[in-house]
Amino acid sequence: MGHSLKRKEDARFIQGKGHYVDDIQLPGMLHMDIVRSPYAYAKIKSINAEEALKIPGVIAVVTGKDLEKYNLHWMPTLMSDTQMVLPTDTVMYQAQEVAAVIATDRYAARDGKEAVMVEYEPMKPVIDPYKSLDPDAPVLRTDKEGKKDNHIWHWEVGDKEATEKLFNEAEVVVKEQMHIPRIHVSSIETCGCVADYDKINNHLTMYMTTQAPHAIRTVIALVAGHVGLTEEKVRVVSPDIGGGFGGKVPVYPGYVIAIAVSFLVGKPVKWVEDRSENLQADSFARDYHITAEMAGTKDGKILGTRFKILADHGYTDAAANPSKFPTGMFSIGTGSYDYQTTFMEADAVYTNKPPGGVAYRCSFRVTEAVHAIERITDRFALEIGKDPAQLRMENFIKKEDFPWKSPTGWEYDSGDYHAGLKKAMEVVGYDELRKEQAEKRKRGELMGIGISTFTEIVGAGPSKDFDILGIKMFDSAEIRVHPTGKAIARFGTKSQGQGHETTYAQIIAEELGIPAEHIQVEEGDTDTAPYGLGTYASRSTPTAGAAAAVAARKLRDKARKIAAYLLEVSEDDLEWEPGKFFVKGAPEKSKTIQEIVFAAYTNHPQGMEAGFEATHYYDPPNLTFPSGAYICVVDVDKDTGEIKVRRFVAIDDCGNIINPMIVQGQVHGGLTQGIAPAMYEELVYDEDGNILNGTFMDYLVPTAVESPSWETGHTVTPSPHHPIGAKGVGESPTVGAPPAIANAIVDALAPYGITHLDIPITPYKVWKALREKGAN
Amino acid sequence: MKKQITISVNGEKHTLEVEPRELLVHVIREKLRLTGTHIGCDTTSCGACTVLLNGKSIKSCTVLAIQADGKEVSTVEGLATAEGLHPLQEGFKENHGLHCGFCTPGMLMRAVELLEHNDNPTEEEIRWGIAGNLCRCTGYNNIVKAIQYASAKMRGEETPSTEPEFV
Amino acid sequence: MIPATFDYAAPASLEEAFSLLEQHGDEAKILAGGHSLIPMMKLRFASPEFLIDINNIPGLAHIKEEDGYLKIGALAREADLEHSELIRSKYPIFMDATKLIADPQVRNMGTVGGNIAHGDAANDHPAVMMALRAEVVISSAEGQRTVPIDEFFYGFYMTAVQPNEILTEIRIPVPGAGTGNAYHKMERKVGDYATAGVAVQLTLDGDGVCTYAGIGLTNVNPVPLRAARSEEVLVGHKLDEERIELAGQYASEDCNPSTDLRGDEEYKRAMVKVLTKRMINKAIERAKS
Repeated sequence: MGHSLKRKEDARFIQGKGHYVDDIQLPGMLHMDIVRSPYAYAKIKSINAEEALKIPGVIAVVTGKDLEKYNLHWMPTLMSDTQMVLPTDTVMYQAQEVAAVIATDRYAARDGKEAVMVEYEPMKPVIDPYKSLDPDAPVLRTDKEGKKDNHIWHWEVGDKEATEKLFNEAEVVVKEQMHIPRIHVSSIETCGCVADYDKINNHLTMYMTTQAPHAIRTVIALVAGHVGLTEEKVRVVSPDIGGGFGGKVPVYPGYVIAIAVSFLVGKPVKWVEDRSENLQADSFARDYHITAEMAGTKDGKILGTRFKILADHGYTDAAANPSKFPTGMFSIGTGSYDYQTTFMEADAVYTNKPPGGVAYRCSFRVTEAVHAIERITDRFALEIGKDPAQLRMENFIKKEDFPWKSPTGWEYDSGDYHAGLKKAMEVVGYDELRKEQAEKRKRGELMGIGISTFTEIVGAGPSKDFDILGIKMFDSAEIRVHPTGKAIARFGTKSQGQGHETTYAQIIAEELGIPAEHIQVEEGDTDTAPYGLGTYASRSTPTAGAAAAVAARKLRDKARKIAAYLLEVSEDDLEWEPGKFFVKGAPEKSKTIQEIVFAAYTNHPQGMEAGFEATHYYDPPNLTFPSGAYICVVDVDKDTGEIKVRRFVAIDDCGNIINPMIVQGQVHGGLTQGIAPAMYEELVYDEDGNILNGTFMDYLVPTAVESPSWETGHTVTPSPHHPIGAKGVGESPTVGAPPAIANAIVDALAPYGITHLDIPITPYKVWKALREKGAN
Repeated sequence: MKKQITISVNGEKHTLEVEPRELLVHVIREKLRLTGTHIGCDTTSCGACTVLLNGKSIKSCTVLAIQADGKEVSTVEGLATAEGLHPLQEGFKENHGLHCGFCTPGMLMRAVELLEHNDNPTEEEIRWGIAGNLCRCTGYNNIVKAIQYASAKMRGEETPSTEPEFV
Repeated sequence: MIPATFDYAAPASLEEAFSLLEQHGDEAKILAGGHSLIPMMKLRFASPEFLIDINNIPGLAHIKEEDGYLKIGALAREADLEHSELIRSKYPIFMDATKLIADPQVRNMGTVGGNIAHGDAANDHPAVMMALRAEVVISSAEGQRTVPIDEFFYGFYMTAVQPNEILTEIRIPVPGAGTGNAYHKMERKVGDYATAGVAVQLTLDGDGVCTYAGIGLTNVNPVPLRAARSEEVLVGHKLDEERIELAGQYASEDCNPSTDLRGDEEYKRAMVKVLTKRMINKAIERAKS
């Protein structure tokens, strides 16, 4: 623990030997390309594949009508809504799959795609989510019997009446309307698969870019069981994954079509998206319109909050949230502050946009919640003229008040928010910066300092509350130690770069005393790995990491029994130190873990089960609540609106740290995915539903030039309920960074009476705001 | 309409029949089965497909294989030698300059040329030097560190500490 | 993304290339760096039937001063400019511009000639060449002709280069003493096309009077634009704040930007003004040093 072990997985990646889906080449493999809709909403009048089928190498063109014969033209989403695999009559968003071209190589498939003629009858789409609820808006989901509007669900939490009363009577009330934009995870590897159906054995091997292979296997069996693909006949293999960030949790139509085609022709079928397909059609993240309000006293006591959300889900609710939580963990939005009155409500609507609502390196809508609370907290500070750091210090939940019950029902496990912010302020030199800012303001120069002190909620989750499609959100570890003391450990999670092969080995090494380099970690093959819900929402360390520790402890218990037998003493006479048991008071009488394991296969006590293996399915008693204190310093060019992030200090608290190097790496990466939506990224649609930035030319993923040199640090407040006191960290920075950046920019502009700007805050937006205030 | 080309890849000559429209990246990956070179976009933006063509870093998704006729191509598979890893490979491993590994081969090949033009680049020069390579995982801090490490090593100087500055 | 089928030849001489052009006419496209053309072909926005790869033609990759001109051959890459000692020491405006064009790998392939011949007002070299009063040498089987940069751009993707011709060289008059130049574009992120870009070259005499002004604008007009009124307001005068302000003002009035994700018309005009002033000041500074 706490050791920056270099990563075991790196050797293959730095030598070009990573093994990703597109690297798979099977004998006789066919290639699939997908014809997509140019319209956001249209009737399909006809699909003519005649010319396409004339192209040498093109074998088939598959349409929704073909899939309908097998009842495979619709599939369930993770939120129990339904989604078209291929349409039979209507397209619901631009870039929706319309037909699939199957060919002997990718060039022929691409030519075939160009040659498929589709006749459409365009209809007026619903793009603005607010207009989606107008009484005269067309009802989009006519496939749903009796559906009379575009409303999907309503959700609320908190005390509506008490909150109304508080807001009516409070000394100070601030309010801002915010949009958390529709963004895209854009892992550098797009999504894809090779579906390999073996007709003779009636067996499907599905190689795919998935963060949750087991859940996918179950979904395939649920969708295709009726044609013979029952769960024991399906093997899902998730090879190396080139980044996931939530975008590789859902089941996309392309996967299902590939399976259907392989099933029908009996050959392997490869489908790998282009970047533009990935950006335009795969699940988006965020897209919450939030009205945020805070009530408090003139001297700065936060008394309550109120949040009203309109969620734009596109044409189907394909969010990846636990079943009971349609807004994910948005209810963490009361934040790091000690008050008990809140009311939150959300309504979700259909529009003619791609479906989704996945994370973007974020635990189930926490980013939206944190943005709302951290922005409105700053707004409150601005309103009453109090330093935002001071205001936060005065309102934080105190260290000694944990476990702390939030007004929305969570029990925060542990935290020391004062320590985090204090450290961040020291590292950045907060007081000096405020002095510099005051000087600059006198000269008319724009400099801003922004703070975000967030509480995350990760590690889903306790099975009493958390499931996806009914499957409980536990996770698993299986450890097998071979006779010579070397081990293989398998998990239900799936790394997409998080370094599981190293950190899990370190956890087991810590518990069992076997060196990490002797522990081989495997994930991603449903034939061998124990069942688990996969890697997303920063849940791997909180769940599978815990499972590894518990499974290792089971083995240690067995080791104690064997050691007692070998040393001919009672178990109670033995003491453990990493790597061996020794007799109390006689340390020279000891057995190493390697000797004990060897005995488990060669000389185990009579009546004891032979071998040295353990499996554990870990069902966490609570979620974990990592936190962070981030401070951002910006300089703004008044004439052009350009923003320079001069400093960014991130102090994270993710409990006990297994590998500081990997934790810091996660923080760096998350911060860049934090600045991305704060200043660069947004999927933009025009009023006809055309995407205006569907390639990397215009969807602005930050490079090393835009990404600042991050300054990182940590405090340690262990989770009291996690076996090794860890909390999870992969997403904290993505959650915490955007409000710090937005607060810094708004702080820079505050002298001109600007109180809020929606992210992404671009030079253009800044310049416009200054223009309206007559500043340039 | 296929044409015969001869390209030398990592020192090995290959004579192939290609359609003029075949992209170099597809030939490298699918015909020569060197799958370390990746594809991450369609608009010459991401740099995952970066290889060296006659020693210059290029994006092989935007070069026709036929343009490489008679030329030398170097890919990530050719970086390490019998003596061991290239200093850049070592730098990336030692400094946690990669997470998912997908952008890494392109990043490495770009850095090879960067250090050829400038054997002691500043942080600013490194950031501009890898501006054609997107990484979604690392936040770039450790990639910069990895390249600095390699540059020190290649100059024969002591390499900087690889401990994380995680206060 | 994969281009449609086409045929290909890589001639070893200009003569061969001209004969291929003759043979294939409109259906042929010249491939130099290919970093505008191949992306368009991959997206199938362009599907030429024949590509004439001129990269094997010797004698087109030069960057040299000769007969009072800086001569840049059609196959000189952006990276060649960046690494050229001559450019580094005498033509800082190209260092300004190349750094902001796409990224290092693209600059290893992309040519200066192609950047101009593409006929796209979003590209950076057209504005620079306008500020520098470049001439474009166009060759064909019939011989060579030279077109001033002001007469080179006809419209969107349309230039003075005819189907039977090839752009072979760009000539820039070697600037006299007291000359300074500078280029900057605002971009949403590194390698982006300009929100607005401004190239300026000025010559000042011993008394600080401006004897030459060239100002070109990037991506704020349907075709690359020379800010003629701004130049006029500077030439013959000492460059005080008021004149520079006026030059900026005129440039912002005379361009014709369109609204897109980078910003609306008002913003782009304002940026033209800011950048024009800043680049004039930078050029003055360089002229004096």
